[in-house]
Amino acid sequence: MEQHDSTASGTGASTGAPLLDVRGLKKYFSVKNGVLPSSKDYVYAVDDVSFHVETGETLGVVGESGCGKSTVGRTILRLIEPTAGKIIIDNQDISAAPRADLRSFRRQMQIIFQDPYSSLNPRMTAGQIVGEPLRVHNIANGSEIRDRVADLFQRVGLRKDQINRYPHEFSGGQRQRIGIARALALEPKLIIADEPVSALDVSIQAQVINLLMDLQDEFGIAFLFIAHDLSVVERLSHRVAVMYLGRIVEIADRNSLFTNPQHPYTQALLSAVPVPDPSRKKVQRTILKGDIPSPMSPPTGCLFHTRCPVAKASCKTDVPQLKEIAPGHQVSCHLR
Amino acid sequence: MEISKSSDNSEQSERQPSSDEIVLTVDNLQTHFFTQQGTLPAVDGVSFELHRGEILGLVGESGCGKSVTSLSILRLIPSRSGKVVGGSVKYGKVDLLNLGEKELRDIRGNEISMIFQEPMTALNPVMTVGDQIIETIRIHQKLPKNEARARALEMLKLVNIPAPEKRIDTYPHELSGGMRQRIMIAMALSCDPKILIADEPTTALDVTIQAQIMDLLQEMRRILGAAIIMITHDLGVIAEMADRVVVMYAGRIVEEAPVREIFSTPLHPYTQGLLKAVPRLGEAELPGQARSRLSTIPGTVPALSDLPSGCAFRPRCAAATARCEAERPPLEQKAAGHRAACWNTRTDTTTNGRS
Repeated sequence: MEQHDSTASGTGASTGAPLLDVRGLKKYFSVKNGVLPSSKDYVYAVDDVSFHVETGETLGVVGESGCGKSTVGRTILRLIEPTAGKIIIDNQDISAAPRADLRSFRRQMQIIFQDPYSSLNPRMTAGQIVGEPLRVHNIANGSEIRDRVADLFQRVGLRKDQINRYPHEFSGGQRQRIGIARALALEPKLIIADEPVSALDVSIQAQVINLLMDLQDEFGIAFLFIAHDLSVVERLSHRVAVMYLGRIVEIADRNSLFTNPQHPYTQALLSAVPVPDPSRKKVQRTILKGDIPSPMSPPTGCLFHTRCPVAKASCKTDVPQLKEIAPGHQVSCHLR
Repeated sequence: MEISKSSDNSEQSERQPSSDEIVLTVDNLQTHFFTQQGTLPAVDGVSFELHRGEILGLVGESGCGKSVTSLSILRLIPSRSGKVVGGSVKYGKVDLLNLGEKELRDIRGNEISMIFQEPMTALNPVMTVGDQIIETIRIHQKLPKNEARARALEMLKLVNIPAPEKRIDTYPHELSGGMRQRIMIAMALSCDPKILIADEPTTALDVTIQAQIMDLLQEMRRILGAAIIMITHDLGVIAEMADRVVVMYAGRIVEEAPVREIFSTPLHPYTQGLLKAVPRLGEAELPGQARSRLSTIPGTVPALSDLPSGCAFRPRCAAATARCEAERPPLEQKAAGHRAACWNTRTDTTTNGRS
């Protein structure tokens, strides 16, 4: 297998403030419950989440449906307004910035969505889609836009003669390339990639994963890579955060997390991944019992205690805090 | 009617589940769809056998024809858009493709049943899950209502639904995705079918729930002895579940072999490329921050309306020759139990194949 060293970028050891610093982020969605307008319940989608992303680094965020990983991504862009917490990008706190100022911040942060079918306007050509951010932000006009779009097409592996085609004329993988080109147009410092390869077939997924790594090495872009597929996250990430019911339960550099997972949930998640190797015996698969609890009525104490194979009495009452067990490796579990 | 239900409870160990007895023979199946772009050969000459008690994995990327194959077996292709235009599907001595609607209905859901990827769309939202299972049982087994309900309850217990006495009267929307898939499985197995067709049964589920369902399907196979056709794009699921594997590409089978052989000595370049392109846990461990690239298959799957001449994989194949362009390679035996459709895997040079 071709190997490829990316230590030049994303060392995570850069001095000074991180590119993105998220502190105590919370997002509660209110839901109506019952007939009285006053009876409201909350979905605790994101509950006190803190992390940072360095320049040129990929932070993978993994977790199962409803863990809040997508909400984290959208809240950082303020596509969803946070309930509380700070979002600091490049030393500027954007969590309280007036909406009118957001446009300039969004130049630095772009997003790639999961579904390359619904995230592209079907009435615009691929070239118009990729060039639109340049127009909206008044960065270029006329022939400049055309040149830049042609450049971007080439960079993401699309042909220039495809510029005037419409999204439906492209395959899923090509559409995702259009989405990536659009995100690159403004030369952002950070791209939030929300399940960008999960709708793609294996052979196409590999192409897009390689493309994202190449682009990062070339342009030094940081990624917040949100996905449920652990093997994809392992491939792309420098560091990884594991979320469960709106909280980070473990965060560490890639090798520590995958070779030495500490949280029982991380361990169960890793052991649940089917291994594409029939000769390997599945020795110690931990199959978690039960379902993920509803984020509307999360369990008391440790959120994972209802499914945890090693929970003890105090896990039902005491909320564990993230604590550092090794440099850069944080876990929230009473037993660690 | 020739088909009668055998009720032997042969204990089959997990390691040696399949027997030589063939329960289903698909021969030269052809299913076409009729669209504005013309006739699309979604399934083009697919042949395979299913042995009693085995799990046969049907794997391939979107549009390869794996789901259409399974729908064709039970004649579930919507007649407005497509049609099975050739071949046969032998279940015992009967050809399912020539059966009358009524006879077919006796087999569907009874002898051969099916579970789908999205249990929410496959379940009736305005009926309790219990009533849906009871309905299935009563249609096929002619049991009185209270006995059918007892049987439904038994099935819910079998698929490990917690508090089954309570859950039997709930509606699908009140259950989680994993629970709904368990209900689907309970319903599919309620008439003790010989064959279960599972179309991406774990794809919509989270990984910890997927592990539960894979476990359940294997347990069901062991307890009930049903053969399973498992359709999936996930090679990890295939490796953990299947005994034999059929790999499809652009409507045709390109390779077929026992699961260990598919993964250890894949013969078709497409299978080889697919296996290399899957990211595997632990494989990316490089010191520090270094990352490794994935191996890829260049290009994309061809549109069925615009298939290349000869071998459909040729434009993406590094080993393609002039012969691959001129003639379509037939699916041939390359080793015991191992078939592949490729001119360049070492075998005989005597046959010339079809043109």
